[in-house]
Amino acid sequence: MDALLRTEQITKQYTGHLALNQVSIQVPAQSIFGLLGPNGAGKTTLIRIINQIIGPDQGRIYIENKPLRPGHVHQIGYLPEERGLYKKMAVGEQAVYLARLKGMKGQEAKRKLRDWFEKFDLMPWWNKKVEELSKGMQQKVQFIITVLHAPKLLIFDEPFSGFDPINVNLLKEEILRLRREGATIIFSTHNMASVEELCDHIALINKSEKILEGEVRQIKKTFASRIYEAEIEQATNWSGEIPDKRFTLLKTSSHNGTSILRLKIEGNATTNELLEFLLGLGNISNFQELTPSMNDIFIKKVTGKFPIEANGNTEE
Amino acid sequence: MSKTATIVKREFLTRVRKRSFLVMTILGPILMAAIIIVPVMVAQLSDSDYAVAIVDESQLFFDRFEDTENVSFTPVGTNIEHATQLMHDGRFDAVLHIPEIAFQAPSSLRLFSAKSVNFSAKLLIENILKLEFESLKLSHAGIDEEVLRSIETPINIQAIRIKDDGELITDYPEISMGLSLLSGFLIYIFIFLFGSQVLRGVLEEKTSRIVEIIVSSVKPIQLMMGKVIGVGMVGLTQFLIWVVLTFAIIGIFQLAMPEMFRFTPDEEVFITSSQVLSAEEMEQQKAYIQQYDTMAGQLMEGLSAINFPVMILSFVFFFLGGYLLYAALFAAIGSAVDNEADTQQFMLPVTVPLLLSIIMIQLIISNPSGPVAFWLSIIPLTSPVIMMARIPFGVPYAELALSAVLLIMGFMATTWLAARIYRTGILMYGKKSSYKELWKWIKHT
Repeated sequence: MDALLRTEQITKQYTGHLALNQVSIQVPAQSIFGLLGPNGAGKTTLIRIINQIIGPDQGRIYIENKPLRPGHVHQIGYLPEERGLYKKMAVGEQAVYLARLKGMKGQEAKRKLRDWFEKFDLMPWWNKKVEELSKGMQQKVQFIITVLHAPKLLIFDEPFSGFDPINVNLLKEEILRLRREGATIIFSTHNMASVEELCDHIALINKSEKILEGEVRQIKKTFASRIYEAEIEQATNWSGEIPDKRFTLLKTSSHNGTSILRLKIEGNATTNELLEFLLGLGNISNFQELTPSMNDIFIKKVTGKFPIEANGNTEE
Repeated sequence: MSKTATIVKREFLTRVRKRSFLVMTILGPILMAAIIIVPVMVAQLSDSDYAVAIVDESQLFFDRFEDTENVSFTPVGTNIEHATQLMHDGRFDAVLHIPEIAFQAPSSLRLFSAKSVNFSAKLLIENILKLEFESLKLSHAGIDEEVLRSIETPINIQAIRIKDDGELITDYPEISMGLSLLSGFLIYIFIFLFGSQVLRGVLEEKTSRIVEIIVSSVKPIQLMMGKVIGVGMVGLTQFLIWVVLTFAIIGIFQLAMPEMFRFTPDEEVFITSSQVLSAEEMEQQKAYIQQYDTMAGQLMEGLSAINFPVMILSFVFFFLGGYLLYAALFAAIGSAVDNEADTQQFMLPVTVPLLLSIIMIQLIISNPSGPVAFWLSIIPLTSPVIMMARIPFGVPYAELALSAVLLIMGFMATTWLAARIYRTGILMYGKKSSYKELWKWIKHT
């Protein structure tokens, strides 16, 4: 597998608690990789280790199959969850300074920054102090600083927290463009819905351990719920009972003569068999599989049950 | 350019471009020069002519008052009302009333004035009257005034230090003391001033949350050392500008007003009055002038005996050493807390040795070679201030070298210690750190 980043058995122990336990992940090149998990699962610790801000107690990290070394920081762009800038320092000067710390030459940094600033309409603010900028503009500046040195690997920790919706869209577009241009992106978030649409690979981390990793499509297939929802008009033949054990009724409701049934296919039964059964009840106006969200998969992985499997009849 | 150098450059430039730096840099030398110049100027300016009318009802003293440069005396008979009237008319600033019984009851002496009394004039009058009363009493007792004058002998011991190589150098304890106090305090202020700038800088990076972005590019110790070195260079720059400007301002004043800085007393007085003086009185005057000459000469000689290049070089060394030692600790404190209010609990152990140095400086000056002075100037936590206070008195090279080596080892130790606290501390938020916590961070590998 062509992995840009590979971690092997990363373990990190803080005094009194284990932050990471033997975590191995593979981030394919040019992918958007979601590092998902609840708060306190160890995501930020893993990211800090990749950024060489802290060292692991055990384990190895490879970038393009070479062991991680200090020089690699130039190939990584990192937007931390808690982020800020020097409030009293001029925006342009500060961006150049941070770019130089990433190994860029002053002139090159200035030239590239100008392009980015033009693009984000920030040019008039070049000589302003950061504290004079609005929150949204500061966020744009932070994003530019993260990507300016054209890193191979971009790491965003909770990228959309604190960004307003317009900036979130701008950010998403830019991130997708960067990926097309060859960058690999890691998203770390506890808000799984926010990045689900973007990610093509994910790893789930819970209580310091990786509990799931893989391609999103593959995972969704594996975790197919086999739960379907059907809307049937004039369900005159619907007795409210399922006659055989091939299907389980999870939920029914009726609305203006339309019955909505949520059913789970059990055992070796097929979708066609379910459809045959439903056809006998009335006119099917809608039929769909309820695909589990990453959040559902996470809950299933942790608790063993999908939240959509919950039983119960509700009348609407 | 290495990344540490990039950080040093930013720390340096952002600080020297601040208005406060400019203000301090200009105000510092002005203040320092003012400390030297203003007393001289005040002494010159405040003593404008002060006219005193003398009403001597005892008829004993009215002709004994000689005009000085700033105070003139005029006998105006014995009518006090008349004299007071003259004062109110503005002819005189004050009226000295010597009642008839003054010799028997000196407490009956009065000095009237329309405005508040000129203090130096009052002192002058008191001195003159004291001498006159004494000689009058002595002559009443049958002792010749001449005899008394010849008894008066000015004593001024010349202190001479014999160096190890047998060279004799005149010692000027007063001048050494002054320099000792000044340099000790300066070191103390510089360490505190710039040490707390490091603390605030670290805290700023932590609270603004830029620190995590930076340490994803550089090692925490690079960031810490960059800040410590950058701020240290600001301090050094400020000090050197101060030295140059202070000397420049004093130099300009000396050029512009040379009479103000002349140390010789009024020779004219001596020459004009010598014509009417007896031979013996002339001898006295000569001795008086000689003494004055030696005092002025002593001051000049004492100042020139101070080896300023050595003083400035050792100041720079002990400032840098002491600063680096404390700045590392200040950086560690800044990294361990979330806001300025929380710094207090950790500041105490850091400031105690510094405060101790300042308190002990008095003791050190009175005995600059004693055991207390020796030990405090060897221990790295107190040595910057104390050694600097000892240097004007002369310190054996061996002690100086030992102190310097220990100071270098000291700041390497505190830097090592601080770096371990710092790299953990900068990423810790919301937790109030305790000493126990810090110890864990230090132990953690």
